[in-house]
Amino acid sequence: MTTASLGTTTRSKDGVAKIILYAVLVLGLLVVVGPFLWMVLSSFKPEADIRSVPPTWWPETFTLGNYRDLFARLDFPQYFFNSALVAALVTAGNLLFCSMLGYALAKLSFPGRKTLFLLVLGMLMVPGMATFVPQFVLVSNLGMANSYAGLILPFLAGPFGVFLMRQFLQSIPDDLIEAARVDGAGEWRIFFRIVLPLCKPALATLGILTFLSSWNNFLWPLVVATTEDKYTLPVALALYSVGQNQTFYGLLLAGAVVVVVPVLIVFLVLQRHFLRGIATTGLK
Amino acid sequence: MTAVQEKAAGEVPLRDTPAPDRRRWRRAVTGWAFAAPFTVLFVVFSALPVVAALVLSLTDLRSTDLRNPFAVNFVGFDNYTKLFSDELFLKSAGNTLIFVLVGVPLTMVIALAAATGLNSGLLRFKALFRVGFYLPAVTSIVAIAVIWRFLLDPEAGLLNNLLSLIGIDGPNWLGDSSTALPSLIAMSAWRNFGFLMVIFLAGLQGIPGDLYEAATIDGAGRWQQFRSITLPLLRPTLLFGAVVTGIGYLQLFEEPFVMTQGGPLNSTLSVSYHIYNQFGFGNYGYAAAASYVLFVAIVGLSVLQFRLLGSRED
Repeated sequence: MTTASLGTTTRSKDGVAKIILYAVLVLGLLVVVGPFLWMVLSSFKPEADIRSVPPTWWPETFTLGNYRDLFARLDFPQYFFNSALVAALVTAGNLLFCSMLGYALAKLSFPGRKTLFLLVLGMLMVPGMATFVPQFVLVSNLGMANSYAGLILPFLAGPFGVFLMRQFLQSIPDDLIEAARVDGAGEWRIFFRIVLPLCKPALATLGILTFLSSWNNFLWPLVVATTEDKYTLPVALALYSVGQNQTFYGLLLAGAVVVVVPVLIVFLVLQRHFLRGIATTGLK
Repeated sequence: MTAVQEKAAGEVPLRDTPAPDRRRWRRAVTGWAFAAPFTVLFVVFSALPVVAALVLSLTDLRSTDLRNPFAVNFVGFDNYTKLFSDELFLKSAGNTLIFVLVGVPLTMVIALAAATGLNSGLLRFKALFRVGFYLPAVTSIVAIAVIWRFLLDPEAGLLNNLLSLIGIDGPNWLGDSSTALPSLIAMSAWRNFGFLMVIFLAGLQGIPGDLYEAATIDGAGRWQQFRSITLPLLRPTLLFGAVVTGIGYLQLFEEPFVMTQGGPLNSTLSVSYHIYNQFGFGNYGYAAAASYVLFVAIVGLSVLQFRLLGSRED
């Protein structure tokens, strides 16, 4: 076999492999993204068209009725506000408290530091399902059942954030901090003026991850929020869809769109950052 | 001792450099000032409940006792014995086990296939595929449930309508006790493979290209390269993925809650769902015991998987 013919066979082999690869991946993409497209498109269909057999893709008659119903029949602005408030405060709290402890663990020496780090690491393993009963007993004994405090406080201090911030802070050279100390800067000044600005990539990753998990959190708000004015979006949507109202499919689809779209925007804008964070930290 | 030495040397400490004792004290105060806010919240709302769960599981606390703590009795391991003679718990444990044993390999195979495809030098528009495949993982499970209930609807659903095109009369996926659990497993694999794919992709990109070049020169085919280079070098990443996915699936709750409410005939009742139900009935002590069993299972799974997959490397 001459080199020339070898070259052409590899090239044509590559061509076939390429076609198969694209075919499989595009099919996969359709299977994954297709249902989302269908959800968005169907939320603009009238009730009868959603349930039509066989199912259709494009809305024949375009309507905003489902979205109007969402606001007319359910208190969606309230649920949206609750979700946004909880997610924003949980995210802000985690960014501040986790980076503070991360800084202490990585750059300051104090008695009990190692024990504290081991405790945080150990808690990374504990599943939410194992602690939610005593957590609920505690929160209701503190008088925080069905309150924003009850929804927010248990999530302000997550072990994952500390782990992430500590790992990142260890890569910041000690000399930099030492130099600032020599110049007479206090620890708080060093932390806010020098350390935090250097942590932007880690803070961004932690911020997105925390916001997403809070926005999508389900079990805890389901248990803690007992009156409608404290429901978060997922809780409202779930209780509405597993209740007696199963026939209002249009409403459910529009609700799902409202839950998904803000996250989708955050994710699409920041996905580069986000996926890199996932890949390097390996945690949701 | 240092203080004595300093005195002996006749040094007068400067105003700005406090004595070592005071400096150590100040360092401890600063350190704890940074650590305190997190630690207080963490101990109260996370660490304490872990201990409390164990204590709680040894009591007969019910929701009605919350205002009267004196009504609570320590019942020893009663809750645990009750648990293992409770048919519903055993059923839920069996369902959860099936979910983990089928779901983890299924999710991993799809994720690895997708990651290998995306890692190929032949492919363009990689970001598009990556973002698309990851999409379900950032979506609220409740929204996903809404979508999937339509997909799996026996009459109007997309899946059965596609099946009817090739002459198959599709089953009532979520309404039949033999297909409900498999449907949830498929949905979870669909939802979670993108997360694993991103991790696997990072692992694949860490494998040096020289190895593949050398193998190609030696005449190894693609499949052979995958088996003798990719898989062994990716083992730590695969192990990590298996543990994380297994832990997630052991806690299965949201999928059955929003899709099937544990039915039909308890065929999708999971351990977490059982805990949630018992909690709802007010049986706090019993629910805490079930939680602890789940907790131990999760720790056990991690240890087991590390042993099994880790030992092969040695």
